[in-house]
Amino acid sequence: MEASGGVVTPGTDVRQKEKEREEARAAEGRGPRRNWLRPVLMWLAVVAIIIFCLFPFYWLINVSLKTGTDLSQSDLFPPSPTLDNYDSIFKNGDFTSALRNSVIVTSITTVLALIVGSFAAYALARLRFPHKFLLLAVILSISTFPPIAIAAPIFKLWTDIGLYDTYAGLIIPYLTFALPLAIYILTSFFKEIPKSLEEAALVDGATYFQAFRKVVLPLAAPGLVTAGLLTAFFVWNEFLLAQTLTSSPKAFTVPVSVANFTGSQKFEIPLGTISAASVVITVPLVAAVIIFQKRIVAGLTAGAVKG
Amino acid sequence: MEAATARLGRGKRRKKDKSYGSEERRLAALLLSPAMVVIALVAAYPIGYAVWLSLTEYSLRVPGKWRFAGFDNYTQAFGDSDFWAAVKNTFIFTGISVTLELAIGLGMALAMHAAFKGRGLLRTVVLVPWAVLTVVSAITWRTLFEPNLGLAPTVLGKLGIAENVVWLGQSGYAMAVMVLADVWKTAPFMALLLLAGLQVIPDDVYDAAKVDGATAWQRFRRITLPLLMPAILVALIFRTLDALRIFDLPFVLTGGTNGTSTLSLIAQQQLTTNNLIGYGSALAVLTFVIVMAVSFIYIRTVGGNIKSLAEDT
Repeated sequence: MEASGGVVTPGTDVRQKEKEREEARAAEGRGPRRNWLRPVLMWLAVVAIIIFCLFPFYWLINVSLKTGTDLSQSDLFPPSPTLDNYDSIFKNGDFTSALRNSVIVTSITTVLALIVGSFAAYALARLRFPHKFLLLAVILSISTFPPIAIAAPIFKLWTDIGLYDTYAGLIIPYLTFALPLAIYILTSFFKEIPKSLEEAALVDGATYFQAFRKVVLPLAAPGLVTAGLLTAFFVWNEFLLAQTLTSSPKAFTVPVSVANFTGSQKFEIPLGTISAASVVITVPLVAAVIIFQKRIVAGLTAGAVKG
Repeated sequence: MEAATARLGRGKRRKKDKSYGSEERRLAALLLSPAMVVIALVAAYPIGYAVWLSLTEYSLRVPGKWRFAGFDNYTQAFGDSDFWAAVKNTFIFTGISVTLELAIGLGMALAMHAAFKGRGLLRTVVLVPWAVLTVVSAITWRTLFEPNLGLAPTVLGKLGIAENVVWLGQSGYAMAVMVLADVWKTAPFMALLLLAGLQVIPDDVYDAAKVDGATAWQRFRRITLPLLMPAILVALIFRTLDALRIFDLPFVLTGGTNGTSTLSLIAQQQLTTNNLIGYGSALAVLTFVIVMAVSFIYIRTVGGNIKSLAEDT
């Protein structure tokens, strides 16, 4: 991606650049003695970034391993680490059903968003029709809607037609908010697939749908993974609509369940168990980030730096 | 030049289009309709309905009570100090957190760009806060600032800063925790957007500047910043839109007490806690108007990107 000279391999390119920089520094009259400062500063910055990003999450894990009086002390390591909090949340029927609800709602929304989204994206990327710009602008502006603006009408509508506190009642609005991003990412991925491949298939007598399914989709697999991941992250994370449109463990999702956790004693906020539940619902996402780092970054930056 | 050839090519193609254009259009309509139906059904229609509800007096507490109220709900909102407090808090939160996120995000992006080794590892590390649910981020920062349990009050207290302060129980301090939680979760996201922007700046521009004897600061001021501006702008607007809609953080951290109530939060509370559908809708519509004004700027800014996607190839 980066502009580098044709035959030069990245490694030598980097080394060569370093050498050039040293020369430039020497030319600036700073002398080579300051050369040690730069790597030291750089590594300090790297360490600072790692601590900034990871320490709070470590702290959450630390709290989740504390019980009783340990919870009124700010030790960096749990004095008597225990898995009791994890034990208790998995015995809590409300939390486990929230986990199940979230898994179901997230998977259905993601699959639907990918199917509906890739149809729309294919049309936007490949077919010629009027007002395409306007259509994309409208789709994209939906992703900036504040969910609160549709919360009241949907709340009322769902109570009237019986979708309040159901999976479908969450999946439908989630699909609306997830589609714009999915369509945007998929359109830019489809556009990068050479059109000649499909044209060859069309010439060979394939229908548009066959060309789409057999040629475009397999090549767009990375785009589908990216769009799917970002949709799943969004749905798993969404709180306002879930809090507004559900009222029982039948449809509570994990953020709602964790945010409204109460302990065995009503007025005590059980921070230990809340932290354990928080860790449990975050671990799958962190795992996904480690596995799919490249795909996620590609998706996040797709909209930002093109053109 | 490329654009010119493309235009020429399209002009030629257009004549051919007419023969199979209608089939192509029909297919496009067919493929787009499911997405458009979902969007219209759950975005366009409810917005209209919300505006209508906001013009009525309607409470679920009193069954059967319903009347057309005109602009009463809006008059009530404009006369309500809670509304103005929420407006103020939302804008203070947005202003401070987005500024900090830009500064920290830019610093992180520059460091990541300079680090040749371990850039992949850093990218993964930086994605961790982004992956943490907003609700969980709120819980994390709550446990960090909780009296006794929290590390932050203990360490700060030893340093003589903010001794005996119950952070989430005092206004100002509660807002500070909310800003911190947001900055932690989203500065890394900002960094990734800006890093992507840095990576498309060609190296030879810097080399040329070096040859001309520009210092590191001059290179940053005169090359990096201007060339990075489009990425900065998009990242800023992304974050501003999100910050104006903030709901999860105040809900979990304070429930909106101690000077942390935000527009989305008070609207949601009127709807679900107080069951005032009419008044809650008016607050939601006001939030919508504010956010969409910013969104309009966003669409204008990324207009070039949309255009390139909309362009026929």
